[in-house]
Amino acid sequence: MGTSTANHDTTAPAGARGGGLLRKSPPTGASGPFKDPPVVIEPTTFWSALELREMWLHRELLYFLVWRDVKVRYRQALFGITWVVLQPLTMALVFTFVFARIGRIPTNDVPYPLFAYAGLMLWTFFAGAIATTGNSLVGNAHLVTKVYFPRLLLPVATVAARLIDLGVVLVILVGLMLYYRVGLTAHLLAAPIPILLITFLALGVGLWMSAVNVKYRDIGIAIPLLMQLWMFASPVVYGLGSVPKGLQRAFSLNPMVGIIEGFRASLFGTDFDWPSMLISAGFTVLLLIYGTYAFQRRQRTFADII
Amino acid sequence: MPSIITVERLSKLYHIGASNPHGGTLRESVRDFARNPLASLMKMAERGREELWSLKDVSFEVGQGEIVGLIGSNGAGKSTLLKILSRITEPTTGRVRLYGRVGSLLEVGTGFHPELTGRENIFLNGAILGMRRQEIERKFDEIIAFSEIERFIDTAVKYYSSGMYMRLAFAIAAHLETEILIVDEVLAVGDADFQKKCLGKMGEVTNEGRTVLFVSHNMNAVRALCGRVIWLDKGEIVKAGETEQVVLNYLQKGAAPTLEHVWDDPMTAPGNEKVRLRSARVRLPEQGRSQPIFVNTPFQIEFEFWNYLPGAVLNFTMHLYTQGAPVFSTASEVKPRPGGLLREVVSVPANFLNDELYSVTIQVVQDTTETLYLHPEVLTFEVQDVARPGDNWFGKWPGVIRPNLAWVSQDVAKGGAAWVQMIRPSQSS
Ligand SMILES: Nc1ncnc2c1ncn2[C@@H]1O[C@H](COP(=O)(O)OP(=O)(O)OP(=O)(O)O)[C@@H](O)[C@H]1O
Ligand SMILES: [Mg+2]
Repeated sequence: MGTSTANHDTTAPAGARGGGLLRKSPPTGASGPFKDPPVVIEPTTFWSALELREMWLHRELLYFLVWRDVKVRYRQALFGITWVVLQPLTMALVFTFVFARIGRIPTNDVPYPLFAYAGLMLWTFFAGAIATTGNSLVGNAHLVTKVYFPRLLLPVATVAARLIDLGVVLVILVGLMLYYRVGLTAHLLAAPIPILLITFLALGVGLWMSAVNVKYRDIGIAIPLLMQLWMFASPVVYGLGSVPKGLQRAFSLNPMVGIIEGFRASLFGTDFDWPSMLISAGFTVLLLIYGTYAFQRRQRTFADII
Repeated sequence: MPSIITVERLSKLYHIGASNPHGGTLRESVRDFARNPLASLMKMAERGREELWSLKDVSFEVGQGEIVGLIGSNGAGKSTLLKILSRITEPTTGRVRLYGRVGSLLEVGTGFHPELTGRENIFLNGAILGMRRQEIERKFDEIIAFSEIERFIDTAVKYYSSGMYMRLAFAIAAHLETEILIVDEVLAVGDADFQKKCLGKMGEVTNEGRTVLFVSHNMNAVRALCGRVIWLDKGEIVKAGETEQVVLNYLQKGAAPTLEHVWDDPMTAPGNEKVRLRSARVRLPEQGRSQPIFVNTPFQIEFEFWNYLPGAVLNFTMHLYTQGAPVFSTASEVKPRPGGLLREVVSVPANFLNDELYSVTIQVVQDTTETLYLHPEVLTFEVQDVARPGDNWFGKWPGVIRPNLAWVSQDVAKGGAAWVQMIRPSQSS
């Protein structure tokens, strides 16, 4: 048994797609008197071409789903913003104090609070996006069982809503950079690359998790622990420079290394480590494909077992 | 009349009975496997065997502009069919071909967010139902007018009464302008006024040449609205055709008596996270269910349910129907109920109901306004006529009830009071 989706029938003759202009002329072809080709609902064995067309048709719903999440979170504007900003900011402060005691972290002369904040803001976005995306299907079960729309919209909308939060914490980053008088360089032009990578990486992991979550509810419990471990294995509160030289290549197999280090390099004008960024890009693409695959493979039964 | 919906040999297979219908946990799966790999594998194989064809080889066509009713007892597969047509779930085999946009109302208010205002929810819910943004903007004023809650449109819906909530939800749904409209039992909730308004709106839809598929247990609504009816039972079409014919057949043969329903597993029992039904049964004075209920047999109807809202002010309403028309409704005392497994019993006196097939719908209400759960046709029972000694007429007494009322005979010449003091006669037969 394969994935099943409704495809817009491509067997309908082109004449049947007449649309508005042809409506008055006698209709021809399989569509009879109807102006659009029929929707065919049947089980298919194919992976349904990602439903990109359906996603496009439902773009307004995507907008409203993002809008809903953002609206609800920033309902009480001040409170919402404070909450979003507080997490990376307090963490940066905590680590600043911790490392002031136990020894300096090499940061290429970037003030440590700024250095840590840059890493932590990316990490909070990443961890938050994965957690909420992983829950996007189960959390919207009432929609999944009552209306049709491409299920992919839910994780995509969730990540998109999280990007708004990222925008808010970015404002604080700009403030910090002004405060510490960090000079801008041309490297800043590359900043969108790590942001893009981390977004799609979060989407890829989140897609896979949201699909698994439908069947195994307790995966949500294991995630925070794994994320915590992953955080300390990533250069969030320290830099690649703190890792022994010989281990750096192996360390960079973690896709978060290239992303966070790349982000810092673009902010602070230090050198890019292209190999590790390439590794991140490769992982991101692979995880995105695998996540989408896992999601699509399971989506057939979402409404039945959720 | 061109077919706008063509359903060809549609079947849907569900796997049921697995101990974890809501998706197990990874831990359980791993634990089971670790403890006893063989048993766990066998259990998985077993799970695969518990199959249920919720639809079996169903084919039919619907012409453009038709209103087709889908009827059948609980579990017949009506909702499954609608879910496939609205693409919420996929068929196992078979196919459907349809033209135009499908709007499905499997419930109203899908996706309402309590924190958002009425205005915001109109947009959100509209988009979820498949309306374009411009369409919503164009109809916005109309929707608000229909809902009659202008004053609260900028209030978060969590502050709405359940009536206001329903009004807004239905107002949006009513303005859905898809070519095909799919409606599942949404009339089951709401007050009489609201139902009338819904029915009126549904009637209007017909005149606009749109196609409607309508599931209901309310035969009067089906009779009033549908030009054609499809009767499903156990996933198969029993009969399809002209409304009156099919409805009559369904009422006569279709609803076999169900004197008892028990759901032992709270995971699979009907209900929701607030209340779940455990059992419903008709109780007779002498035990033994094979006994028929006669017109002069008193009986009781008993419900057992799990209450997950300890302390909530609940009451229970039993609606009795015959031939799809309401006979009466009766409600239990309104009072706070403890949590856990509870029982409600209502007594129906002898010499009250006629010899008819009756169906029982149970409704659980919180704070006298909010319907927590409604189960249509949870029980059906037949009341048999008794032998009427000294009566040479064997025909059926007309009417949906047959109370045994007091009569007195007087000789007018002897005068007599305007008000006669009487004692209800003791039952003769
Ligand atoms: N997601 C599911 N998983 C397993 N079985 C299901 C699922 N959904 C429905 N079923 C089963 O399919 C059968 C048909 O159910 P369906 O909801 O279509 O009945 P219905 O005709 O709508 O009944 P009702 O009048 O009670 O609404 C039932 O036996 C039900 O238990
Ligand atoms: Mg149903």
